[in-house]
Amino acid sequence: MMLQMISLLVENKPGALMRVTGVLTARGYNIESLTVARTIDPEVSCMSIVVGIEPHQRGQLIKQMNKLINVLKASDVTEARAVRRELALVRVLVSRENRGAILKEAEIFGARPVDSSLEGFALEATGDPEKLDEFIAVMAAYGEIEVTRSGLVAVSLEVKKLKLAPPVSKVEGVAQNG
Amino acid sequence: MQSGAKVVLECLAREKVESIFGYPGGVTLPLYDAMYDSPIRHVLVRHEQNACFAAEGYARATGKTGVCCATSGPGATNLITGLVDAMMDSIPLVAITGQVSTKLIGSDAFQEADTFGITRSCTKHNFLVKTLADLPRTIHEAFHIAATGRPGPVLVDIPKDVLQAQGHYSAMPSIHLPGYKVFTEGHAGQIRRAAQMIWEARRPLVYAGGGIIAADASKELRQLVELIDAPAVCTLMGLGGLPGSHPNFVSMPGMHGSYAANMAMSEADLLIALGVRFDDRVTGKLAAFAPHAKVIHIDIDPAEIGKNRAADLPIVGDLKRVLKKSNQALAEADHLKSRNESARAAWRGQIVRWKREHPLEPEIASDEIKPQHLVSEINRISGGEAIVASDVGQHQMWAAQFIRFDHPRLWINSGGLGSMGFGLPAAIGAQMARPDALVFALVGDGGFQMSIPELATVANHRLPVKIVVMNNGHLGMVRQWQELFYNNRLSQVTLEGFPDPAKLAGAYGFTGRTVDHPRELRRALEDCVNEPGPYLLNVRVSPFENVYPMVPAGAALHEMVLAPAQQLEVR
Repeated sequence: MMLQMISLLVENKPGALMRVTGVLTARGYNIESLTVARTIDPEVSCMSIVVGIEPHQRGQLIKQMNKLINVLKASDVTEARAVRRELALVRVLVSRENRGAILKEAEIFGARPVDSSLEGFALEATGDPEKLDEFIAVMAAYGEIEVTRSGLVAVSLEVKKLKLAPPVSKVEGVAQNG
Repeated sequence: MQSGAKVVLECLAREKVESIFGYPGGVTLPLYDAMYDSPIRHVLVRHEQNACFAAEGYARATGKTGVCCATSGPGATNLITGLVDAMMDSIPLVAITGQVSTKLIGSDAFQEADTFGITRSCTKHNFLVKTLADLPRTIHEAFHIAATGRPGPVLVDIPKDVLQAQGHYSAMPSIHLPGYKVFTEGHAGQIRRAAQMIWEARRPLVYAGGGIIAADASKELRQLVELIDAPAVCTLMGLGGLPGSHPNFVSMPGMHGSYAANMAMSEADLLIALGVRFDDRVTGKLAAFAPHAKVIHIDIDPAEIGKNRAADLPIVGDLKRVLKKSNQALAEADHLKSRNESARAAWRGQIVRWKREHPLEPEIASDEIKPQHLVSEINRISGGEAIVASDVGQHQMWAAQFIRFDHPRLWINSGGLGSMGFGLPAAIGAQMARPDALVFALVGDGGFQMSIPELATVANHRLPVKIVVMNNGHLGMVRQWQELFYNNRLSQVTLEGFPDPAKLAGAYGFTGRTVDHPRELRRALEDCVNEPGPYLLNVRVSPFENVYPMVPAGAALHEMVLAPAQQLEVR
C-alpha cells in the first residue's frame, strides 16, 4: 500500500462527493484525508483525497473517477509538481514557565497563536504533513495537546493554462407556474 | 398547463419510447393517471425486478434504450438486481421511480427509501429531480447518458409533488453535462500502428465481446476477420457478433469455452481484443492468460484499458468507427500481408486441427434426454435466426456452446451478473420488441421458478414466447461444483416439487406439457414452436450431467478439463 493523492474538480451537486468516495469504498480502500470546497466558480468544487492504495491500482482509480458524470477532471498528483499544504489547529496546555518556550517553538515552525488563556494556547500551523507531524510531536512534549487537522490540499504547478469550467448557464425546458 | 407526469410522458415520447415495463404504486399515481391517455404502451409485469429484466430484454433485442418504471420504496428497491445486471452488461436503460413528496423526503415517510443513495453504485448515473423546472432536461440527459459512450442504466427519481406540479414542456432543453466525456474516434496514429501489428502477427486471434453488439459493429467485425483471414472467438456477450456459421468463427472461449477457442487464446501471438473486458470467466488464471500474445485493446471505456490485462496497443473509441478506420488502414498496408502469410496459414490449419481433435459435439442417449441434445434441437429449429433468451446456469452454457447465432441481438443472457430469473422476463421484453420473431425463453427449473409470476404477463399479452424448461431437478451448476469440488456433498441443490406444466400453463390459459423421452423431443419442440401463442415445454433431462469443457476456477485456459474422467483439483 502507498499513499496516493488525487485532485478533482467536480460539479457542485448533491451526491457528487458520494460518487467519488464510492469509487474508493467499492474497492475497499480507506480514505486518509479528504477536503472539499467551492472554487471560484460556485458550480464547481475542488476535492483533494489522500488514499492508501496498491500502486498498480492508481491509474485505474483515476480512470474510474473520470468516468463519473459529475467529475470534470480527476488527476493523480502524488508525484506531480505541486504545492501541498495542510492546516493543523493545536491546543496545548502548558505551565506558566513554558509559555515563552512554546511560542519560540511555534515561531520556528511558522505557527501562530490564535488563542491564549491561562491554561495554554491554541496554535495554527500550516505545512506539508510531515512538518506538521513534527510540530505536533514537539508540542506534545510540552504538555497535553488536542489536534484538528484539515487534510491535505494541493495546487498543481504543472498546468500552464489555468482553467476552470465557466459558470454553468441554466437552460430550462419548463416555464414553471407554481 | 401540464402536470409533471405529463411532462415525463412528453419527454419519453420525444425520446421515441414505445414501451414501458412497470408496476404502479402510491407515489406514481399521477404518472399512471397521465399514462391512461398516452399512446405509449405500458406493460404491466408482476414484479418490479422483472420490469427491469424485461426492459433489458427489449434493449438487448433492439439496441434501443429500455424503460422501466416503479414506485418509491419497495418498488425502487425491487429494481436493484436488474439495474446491476444492466450495469454489468452495459445495457442502455432508463428507470423512472416515484419518490415521496419533496417535503416528506427524509422523514421516513410511508414507502420512502433513499433511492438516489441506494442506486448510486447500481447505475451509470442517477438523478433526484427536486423541481419541475429540472425535470425535462434531467430526463433527456438520462436518455443521453444511457445510450451514449459505454451504455448503461440511468435512474431518475421523481417525487410525487414534482409529478403533480403544473407547468409546461416548452422547447427541447439542451443537455449540459460538462463532466461527461465520450471518446469515439480513436487515435489515428494508434490505428495505423494497430494495422501494422496485425499484419506482422503470425498467430493473430480476434477476441470479440459485447462491445461489438453494443456498437452495432458486426459488419465491420466481419470485414476485419475476412480481410486478415484470422480466427475469431466471441465471448458469451459477443455471440452473434460474428455469424456462428462464419468459417473463421471458432466458438466461445473461457471457463466453458471450446478446446479450440481456449487453445487459440493460449497460443496466439496477437489478441485483437474488441469490446471485451478480460473477464475472469474468459481469462481463467489471469497471469497465465494468453502468455504469448501482444494485445491490441479497442474499447470505448478508457477504464477498461489495462484494467485486467495490460494492452500493448490501446485504442479508445467507438468500435464501429475505429474498426472502419482500421480496416481501411489494413487495406492500405496490405503490402505487409504476404510477409507472414505462411505462418498464418499454418495457424489457421492448427485451429482446424484443434476443432477436429476436440469438437463440441452434443451427446445423445437413447434412454434419456441429454441437455446437450435439447439445445442442439433448439439450434436445429432456430437455424441461427431465433432469439434465445436464456436464464443462468448450466443450460446457459450449453446454449452458448451449441446454439448458433448468425446475427447480433439474438442471444440474450445475463452475462456479467448472472442473475437467475432473468430468462423469462427478458424473453417478454424481446418478444414485445420483435412481435414476429421466434423467441425462446430457455430456462432451468431453478430460474424458471423465480419468474413464474410473469406467466401472467405472457398470457395477458398472448405473447408467443416458447418457454423451454431444461429440467434436471437440480440447481445444476451449483450441483456440478459440489460434485467436483465438494466431494459430491449435494447441499440444497435438489429442486423437488416442480409444478405440473400442463396444469401450470393451463391455469394461465395456454398449453404446457412435459417431454422426457429422446424420441419425442424433436416432435415436442416442433409442436411447441408451431402452436400459435405461448407454450410451456418442460423437458426432463438427465439430472447429473456436467458442462464440459471446464476450466477449474483459478486454472489457466489450457488446463481445461475435457471430460468427466479427468480429475479436477480445487484451487
